[in-house]
Amino acid sequence: MSTDFTPALKLDLGATPPGQTQSAASAEAAGESEIHDVVIVGSGPAGYTAAIYTARAHLNPVVLAGSVTAGGDLMNTTEVENYPGFTDGIMGPELMSTMEAQAERFGADIRYEDAIKLDLAGEIKEITVEGGQVLRAKAVILATGSAYRELGLEDEKRLSGHGVSWCATCDGFFFKGQNIAVVGGGDSAIEEATFLTKFADKVTLIHRRDEFRASEIMQKRAFDDPKIEILWNKQVIGISGEAKVEELSLEDTVTGEVSPLAVTGLFVAIGSDPRTALFKDQVEITPDGTVAVQGRSSKTSLPGVFAAGDVLDPTYRQAITAAGSGCVAAIDVEHYLAGHGA
Amino acid sequence: MSTIDVTTSEFEAEVLNSDKPVIVDFWAEWCGPCRMVGPVLEAISDEHADSVKVVKVNVDDNQEIAAKYGITSIPAVYLFNDGKVQKQSIGAKPKAALEKEFADYLGSE
Ligand SMILES: Cc1cc2nc3c(=O)[nH]c(=O)nc-3n(C[C@H](O)[C@H](O)[C@H](O)COP(=O)(O)OP(=O)(O)OC[C@H]3O[C@@H](n4cnc5c(N)ncnc54)[C@H](O)[C@@H]3O)c2cc1C
Repeated sequence: MSTDFTPALKLDLGATPPGQTQSAASAEAAGESEIHDVVIVGSGPAGYTAAIYTARAHLNPVVLAGSVTAGGDLMNTTEVENYPGFTDGIMGPELMSTMEAQAERFGADIRYEDAIKLDLAGEIKEITVEGGQVLRAKAVILATGSAYRELGLEDEKRLSGHGVSWCATCDGFFFKGQNIAVVGGGDSAIEEATFLTKFADKVTLIHRRDEFRASEIMQKRAFDDPKIEILWNKQVIGISGEAKVEELSLEDTVTGEVSPLAVTGLFVAIGSDPRTALFKDQVEITPDGTVAVQGRSSKTSLPGVFAAGDVLDPTYRQAITAAGSGCVAAIDVEHYLAGHGA
Repeated sequence: MSTIDVTTSEFEAEVLNSDKPVIVDFWAEWCGPCRMVGPVLEAISDEHADSVKVVKVNVDDNQEIAAKYGITSIPAVYLFNDGKVQKQSIGAKPKAALEKEFADYLGSE
């Protein structure tokens, strides 16, 4: 529901950039000739916060939210206890639909579509969505978040959906009264493990080091839970089972000894990787795999291309830091479009 | 044609004995990603009405069926033909991805 008026802030594009005539024709053929001020790719706390700010700055943002993943990571969790402003916590999906509604209130054009190709180098950026439509924009904010990591084991894919899972809130229900395992050592691994004790009889938390990365409060939760057993210095090297998970093969990271563990489920929570596949050949990427930005800004190696949230963050990766980073990107876009900075 | 809800007692008639291939969406209220898959399957159901039927099974209310097919993750989208599971797709996926996975059964449309 973007209102159709010309924004006060205008980027002076000067001469027609090379190749624009041709791309304009292809964009028109695909049904959209308008040049947007800003397209935001991604719909987590970073994307929606950037949308709130750019919409309030009358930049009429288009948000590509994803066809089935809109709302980002927090759609897969229950209680979010550390997002400021909610004394008693808030459910992840509720927080995200509130952010979305807030962005919409200021006129953000939110589309449940997937960006499948980005051409970021030119003055006018082209964003192709699934189905072939091409959006054109003066600025792009990359807020694609991160994707959970897989163990990389042979039987992991085959048994995914048959005991191997990445979403405790989605799948815990199927493990009532059972004996299951969680692999990982960060906040989300412990959160999954404690959540799963609501259903399972016993949850074994497998971690490859002898201490957790997780925050103190989460660690204490795991230590205090009688249903959680912690196996230190172990890594999962095999998953077996005919039609469903039956047994894990664990290797001791100190002694190298291999031992079996009989479980019916394995929840994988070993972290996530920034989702950069669409643009990693166009913008600079850090050795951590995140999008490289200049200093405290959101500016990537390409003018007019900004990043926000987990996709640029190798360290903090929280909803609030992602939201803050979305705000930074929005303000950088405002300055860029006003002809300053960049 | 839109998607219909199927219960344990109707499963045999609606799914196993169907003369058309049937896409079954195993879902639950408390599953966030399931909410996103619903509209995708609705669209597939509309566009491929001649070739397939799309039904939904609420796993909360129909635990026997979910258990019978060894379902431990939702959203789980299964394609049945001639009373047997022919394809399985786990997790929330875009329409184009699902159409590709089920292409053999969706006809030329
Ligand atoms: C189980 C779990 C529990 C968590 N609990 C907490 C918590 O309690 N507190 C906290 O602060 N943090 C928590 N986090 C971390 C938090 O969710 C992330 O730090 C935050 O969501 C990152 O926000 P983001 O906007 O960068 O990306 P994301 O939330 O990952 O959102 C990015 C979204 O962009 C969209 N997208 C990606 N690519 C495309 C594309 N090509 N086209 C269109 N759309 C696309 C997708 O919808 C994607 O999901 C949790 C994470 C998990 C997995």
